This record gives sequence, C-alpha cells and structure tokens, in this order.
Amino acid sequence: MTTERDTPVAYIARIAEKYAALGYPAYRWVVNETPPPWQPLSKPLSECRLGLIASGGIYVTGQVAFHYKDDTSYRVIPTDIPTAALRATHFAYDLTDARRDVNVVFPLDPLRQLAKKGVIGALAAHAFTFMGGIYSARRVQEELAPQLTERLLAERVEALLLVPV
Amino acid sequence: MTSALDITQAVNPPRAAFVDFPLGHTTGKPHQPDLQRAIMVEALGAFTSLTTPGSVKRLPFRWSADDAWKDTAQRGPDDRRPRYDTPQYQNEEDRLRAETHCDATCVTPMRHPVRQ
Repeated sequence: MTTERDTPVAYIARIAEKYAALGYPAYRWVVNETPPPWQPLSKPLSECRLGLIASGGIYVTGQVAFHYKDDTSYRVIPTDIPTAALRATHFAYDLTDARRDVNVVFPLDPLRQLAKKGVIGALAAHAFTFMGGIYSARRVQEELAPQLTERLLAERVEALLLVPV
Repeated sequence: MTSALDITQAVNPPRAAFVDFPLGHTTGKPHQPDLQRAIMVEALGAFTSLTTPGSVKRLPFRWSADDAWKDTAQRGPDDRRPRYDTPQYQNEEDRLRAETHCDATCVTPMRHPVRQ
C-alpha cells in the first residue's frame, strides 16, 4: 500500500504505536487550542535581525555534546563559525545527512547568504541549539525556554526562526 | 518550520512553514545549496504572507517523485537510539577536544557575555 501523495506522515499516531510496542503509556502531547498572541513584524524582514534556534542536537567541536535523556541544556553557536566545525547528535532521527551537510537541519549557510543579499537585515551574532525529545514539556517551559528568551533579548532579535527536526 | 505537520498543529505556533521531507531534513537536502536557499526564502516569506494566527504555509518542495519514504516513516521499524545520559559525540576527536579544553561554560554558558 502506498501513502497517498501529499498526505503528511501521521507522526503522533506512529509514535503512539512505538510507545505501545514498548509497553509505555501514551505520550501526552502539548495541545494548544488557540495560538499565542499575534505579533506582526515591526518592520520589513530586510531590516530585521533574525535569530535562529534549532533542536537537532547541533554543537561546535570542542563543546560538550548533548546526551539523549531529557537534556535541557543548550549551546551557543557563533553564526560566523565555519560549518565544518558543526556537529549533529540526536537519538531520534537519521543523522546521516545532517553529518554530511549540517545545513539540512541548521540552515546557517543559506541564512548567511540571505543576510549578505539583504533579504534579511542581519543574522544575530549567536544561534542557540538544544536536544529535542525532552520528555517533559514542563521542563522545557520552566528550565529551557526562559533561558533562551533571555539570550534572544540580549541578542536584540526582531524575528526568530525555529527549526525542529 | 516543521516536517511533522500534526505535531506542529497540536502545538499551534503563531506561524509555521511545512516542508514535507523525512525527519532530519527540515531545511533541505545535503549539498544542495540552491534548494536550501529556496526553502529558506519560502519559509521566511511566511513572516509577512501569513496573517492569520496559527496558520501553516505548505512549502512547494517534494522530496521524491513517488513519496515512498512516507511508507517507511509511517510503518518502518523503531530505529531510535537508546536514551544515553552521557554526552554522545559525533566522533572521538570531539570527545577528546571537549574533555581536554572545555569547562562548564561549554554547556550552558549563562555567565559568558554575549558579544554585541
């Protein structure tokens, strides 16, 4: 049987099956009935300083790598770093392509090009990365998110691109 | 951005750009800079083109002609790695470099000033 073209993969159902096969209770996904307050861009994107946060387990060689059990730490990635110095580690996705070219989960090269061309005003001096698959949404909200918010404010970010895997 | 539409619709962010690619490729295919840049341009366009909170822009990119990858993603084996609680380096050279030169600021450097 072939999945119908253009039908997205049903990941919530698939993960429920994986949990059930392991004898775990169903995961309680975060479900927000209403989106957060709307904030339009304050100026054209070509004048905005763009921030970047990615959850694919990206670190710089020399930094401590992420671990796979509810790692709520984050890494600070200078956005002028050569992409050859970036690494990827994660328990839940196939790392083959991310390790061949990190831009598949951490789009630093294209964003640098778009900043140079003036499509975005600038890329913030630092990007922030963490390890996804943190079981407790509460810990993300209470431990990780406030620290990232603080860092983004310090970077004076005006628009933010979030790249999960 | 997202490649898992159902999870993103549950979380309900203000804006999203959906790339219908296998997980691990939210922003493109390896060594295809033109595709990677085109995906970024389309995704960033959502900052201004989306005006309804909670809406999702489907980006106009297809992974392959036949979408066979979706069968594997939907029904394939559980190939997640164990939940190790020690740092999982990409290679041993990284481990040595981190263990010899890295202090606590390499993890979550709260006291490390952000250069302006």
